[in-house]
Amino acid sequence: MVSASIKSSEIRFGECNKKLLEEVIFYGISLGADFVELFIENSDNSNVLAEEDFITNVSPSFSKGAGIRIFKDKRDGFVSTNDLSKHGLMRSISQAIEMLNISKKTDILIFNGLKKLKDYSKSKIDWLNEVPTINEVSEKLLLSTKSLKKDKKVVVRKGSYARNWQEVIIASSDGTYATDIRLHQTVGLNIIANDAQYRSNGSRRFGSHGFPNEFRLWDHEKASNEVYESSMNMLYADYVQAGQMPVVLANKFGGVIFHEACGHLLETTQIERGTTPFSDKLNKKIAHESVTAIDEGLSEGSFGSLSIDDEGMEPEKSILIKDGILKKFLSDRAGELRTGHKRTGSGRRQNYSFAAASRMRNTYIAKGEFTKEELINSISDGLYCKSMGGGSVGATGQFNFAVEEGYLIKNGKLTKPVKGATLIGDAKEVMPKISMCGNDLELAPGFCGSVSGSVNVTVGQPHIKVDTITVGGR
Amino acid sequence: MNPTEITSQISTAANMLNIDKWDYGASFSNDYSVQVDRGAAKQLKASQKQVITLRVWNKDNLVGITTTSDLSETGIKKALKQANIASEFGNKNEFTDFSPLAKDPIQVKEVDKKNPLGIKKLLKILREAESKLIDSHEAIKSIPYNGLSESFYERIYANSDGAFRNYSKSQAAIYLYARAEEKDKKPRSSGSVKLGYGVEDIDIESCIKEAAKKTIAHLDYSSIKTDKYLICLSPEAFLTMMNAFSSIFNARSIIDGVSLSNKNSIGELISIPALNIYDDGLNDKNISSAPFDGEGTPTKKLSLINKGKLENFIHSESTAKIFNTIPTGHAGLGSKVSVSPDWLVIEKSNECSNLNTSLVHTNYQGEFVYIEELNAIHAGVRASQGSFSLPFEGWLYRNGEKRSIESATVAGDIKYLLKNIINIENEKELTTSGISPHVWINELSITGDE
Repeated sequence: MVSASIKSSEIRFGECNKKLLEEVIFYGISLGADFVELFIENSDNSNVLAEEDFITNVSPSFSKGAGIRIFKDKRDGFVSTNDLSKHGLMRSISQAIEMLNISKKTDILIFNGLKKLKDYSKSKIDWLNEVPTINEVSEKLLLSTKSLKKDKKVVVRKGSYARNWQEVIIASSDGTYATDIRLHQTVGLNIIANDAQYRSNGSRRFGSHGFPNEFRLWDHEKASNEVYESSMNMLYADYVQAGQMPVVLANKFGGVIFHEACGHLLETTQIERGTTPFSDKLNKKIAHESVTAIDEGLSEGSFGSLSIDDEGMEPEKSILIKDGILKKFLSDRAGELRTGHKRTGSGRRQNYSFAAASRMRNTYIAKGEFTKEELINSISDGLYCKSMGGGSVGATGQFNFAVEEGYLIKNGKLTKPVKGATLIGDAKEVMPKISMCGNDLELAPGFCGSVSGSVNVTVGQPHIKVDTITVGGR
Repeated sequence: MNPTEITSQISTAANMLNIDKWDYGASFSNDYSVQVDRGAAKQLKASQKQVITLRVWNKDNLVGITTTSDLSETGIKKALKQANIASEFGNKNEFTDFSPLAKDPIQVKEVDKKNPLGIKKLLKILREAESKLIDSHEAIKSIPYNGLSESFYERIYANSDGAFRNYSKSQAAIYLYARAEEKDKKPRSSGSVKLGYGVEDIDIESCIKEAAKKTIAHLDYSSIKTDKYLICLSPEAFLTMMNAFSSIFNARSIIDGVSLSNKNSIGELISIPALNIYDDGLNDKNISSAPFDGEGTPTKKLSLINKGKLENFIHSESTAKIFNTIPTGHAGLGSKVSVSPDWLVIEKSNECSNLNTSLVHTNYQGEFVYIEELNAIHAGVRASQGSFSLPFEGWLYRNGEKRSIESATVAGDIKYLLKNIINIENEKELTTSGISPHVWINELSITGDE
């Protein structure tokens, strides 16, 4: 394990920080804060890029820092710093106190010291030593780009690997004191095929949390075949004709639409902002009765799983929607304080420079009873979205997603591939139109960017049918 | 630690590790920001950041890189060692070197350095702005996305060959995105962003007025029929489009095979002859200007499209070497160096006799779609294929009357778009991402709810 050499007056990762952390927290409380939280991070990351038959980029990076958050009533002040000395942390506390305009020191002691350290890192100490070396990564990435060289029409082949190792200490004035190690590995393949005026892209991303050996086990041949086939299928595709139509969305990354269009609206940050149409819909029907949706941080190895969230709470399995009825919102500490929804172990942040916010973890629509074929057979004229690209959701809940690989459905059968399709709608209107869920739930890793930065998540669903949606095209 | 001390520390550590050739880019910043929610402080934030990116060259002249926030002696040594290890995997197919222009004079804009206003003053200003915007119309219920920030930073580039340059500046920004709702109608949202060297420089009143005007204007909306329409792109929308497809003039993208251009494209007519595009990072109006790029190359004005023809590509040191030219000041810092444009300036060339000058968005009486702002660029643009399908905010104009469009996307192809420009209006407008006039396109596909 790599730990930076730190002077004695600075934070060290382990039990010996307790006294120092207590002093810093006590300092904040004594100056009048209602609540003080320290998030201290040491990270060691590495990125490798293979293009064609060469390694073209190897980029290690290291970072240390602290995020200090203070609450007074329902307000909060957040300061981040690279200075992990006692002096640096105290200075950040003072700055946060000043920001919140707290001038009255308190005589009432509301800090009883930190509890015994909850050490979630014990079984993970060797992870950093166990991950593949740059040499191993390079060799396997080059094998994967070589596997993509199946045809002279393939003009661009790329394989990328990223490893993020993060060691955290979380301490707060409610006594929370925990440490953890997180390890995320992700690998992506990208291809461009070209033939005269025709061009297509193909891409796939794979990822895991924990399991240092996971990249070594990654089946690069299978992944390369998937990307290649997708790209070739789309190379000569016509543009889709725009209009309203029924669609079947594939499993795995098809779940990105639920994540973006509905999942974000079930975060308490959206209630705080007044930007979710679901804020007053708890225990009311917001989706078709065939829809049950879950967010959890527990699935072993999944990209969005956690031992503890970034506020020191163990994650729970949150059933967001049960048979179409809204059952729960995802909440963090600020969300609980400001909206009353109990914390769900969903307080997450990209790193120490962001304050935690309520964020999704592994989010998916539960499996139903139908086969994929039954979904397709139920449509006479529509679109099958086999692979989704990126998308976005506006401030009013309208979403927009690119379809990377799509096929027309005619009389219950898949026909020709089509490109340029975009799915447009808003969650409130689309959720009641998800009328059939398949029995083939699968998950896929991704990155989610929002108020507290980019975090690792899993999206997922079985194949689902949406009765009608606007398909943008030409 | 000051820039000279850091350079000296790196030099000493490199000597100890027998590393003869190195360079680095560093950034130090202090940032302050506030957000409010209906009068209450929502989140107040301050950060002190330091980050340094080190590159080293090994005996085989292969480059390795490491980024760290640990500027202690130990931290720098560790970073140099890791960069040295990474250099063993340096790209043998494309050699990177110091920029030959890293010691050339740089042009630093004379701007008064601002002092921090502090969180309390930022909060007061943003509260007032939020209140004014909410009061501007009864349908505006909240300003869900808002922020006021000020940033003070210093950037450094230095190398083992004696190049050394640095600059420091301040920057401030405000954004206000309002949400408006009327009974039995869908909520609508729009907003405005303004930049300045300091908060005092920002025209906050105009930000409030613009956000209110845009949001209210979209309250009376209707759906649009899916069809092909005559299009007028606002300056902001046209700049967004050109930035999204900037791989057309990006040498790195060309080498990587993800551009619509190739090495021989210089001189090719890619748009109508009435179009000129420059990259002008040092433009007086560019608040975010930097006098040098990640490799220390001075920033300069560069003609990209002249009278419709591709005139120059943007380069890093290594792409310039491959194209047998000089770097243009558009590089990042890496073992594989990224290249990106700074600030585009778009204008009508003097070969504009074929334009239909009767098309002026303020008085044209025929039917057209006015695209004010394009959204979801990361999802809807396929730069390597040249295609786009993007949601937008805009209006349908008929007989001089305008109606906000409920929800729609515009789809097309950048090559078609550039060749089917039918007017470039005379008046240019300043935006946060560059300068451009309104640009008219003959016909693009719009998908609406009808």
